Amino acid sequence: MQATAHIEFIVAAYGASVVVIVALIAWVMLDYRLQRRILAELETKGVSRRSARESADE
Amino acid sequence: MRISEFANPSRFLRAASLTIPWLGGATVILFAFALYRAMLAPEDYQQGATVKIMFLHVPSAWLGMLCWGLMTVAALGTLVWRHPLADVTAKAAAPLGAAFTLLCLVTGSLWGRPEWGTYWVWDARLTSELILFLLYLGVIALWRTVEDVSRAARAVAILTLVGAIDLPIIKFSVDWWNTLHQGASVFRLGGSTIDPAILVPLLLMAAAFTLLFVTLLLAAMRNEILRRRVRTLRLLQASAAG
Repeated sequence: MQATAHIEFIVAAYGASVVVIVALIAWVMLDYRLQRRILAELETKGVSRRSARESADE
Repeated sequence: MRISEFANPSRFLRAASLTIPWLGGATVILFAFALYRAMLAPEDYQQGATVKIMFLHVPSAWLGMLCWGLMTVAALGTLVWRHPLADVTAKAAAPLGAAFTLLCLVTGSLWGRPEWGTYWVWDARLTSELILFLLYLGVIALWRTVEDVSRAARAVAILTLVGAIDLPIIKFSVDWWNTLHQGASVFRLGGSTIDPAILVPLLLMAAAFTLLFVTLLLAAMRNEILRRRVRTLRLLQASAAG
């Protein structure tokens, strides 16, 4: 069976793509968790936006 | 429902939370199918198996340019219409555009070494693509440098509009100058010059990459809105303490 020519360049290109895409997904997911956690902590301390307070009062 | 009602960040958050899981699922399915078709694609008569790098390189290049185009529309939204989601879109899109442009440059280099005998040449197409990447880094740096969000948004919008000049230069560089990079072969007058056995997987991969970009953009916009809420609450907390 003949080895595919330049296989190392193909594997490197797909490997680099996986790294970049996984990094983007991880960045978005971790950032979402972080912002949600900070918001929850602030609301626990009683800090809330005026619009959020008004909707809670209704 | 009018489109202006969708501009409300709270409505956007609800809509994004509903659509992101579905878009994520559709992206995984489309990527699996596109990769399957890409792996089955025949070798090119000139490039051999390295044509499979094109299935990554071409969609990344398109998305790098599409993203700056989207940021240009958002820049107009910030400066002209003062749309509440315009600078949120611009800020969320910049790291994504930078990542896809970097991927375009890396995969292009990995294709160039076996096909051209070099990883890099200061060719008009490659250089203008590198300038696009540097512009993305400039936009990201500007967002981080200017503390006031609305001032940062206006500065970024102006830089984005100026940087949009690079888009036609990238597109037409292969026509205007004598470049090592090949000319347009997918979208051109007279139709594509690529055989359907390679063109179909290429377009499927482009669709999968685009769906991934849309999903990540919505998620990053949602994060940016939450980050601004955190900032507002911290300011409220500080003013109450003072």
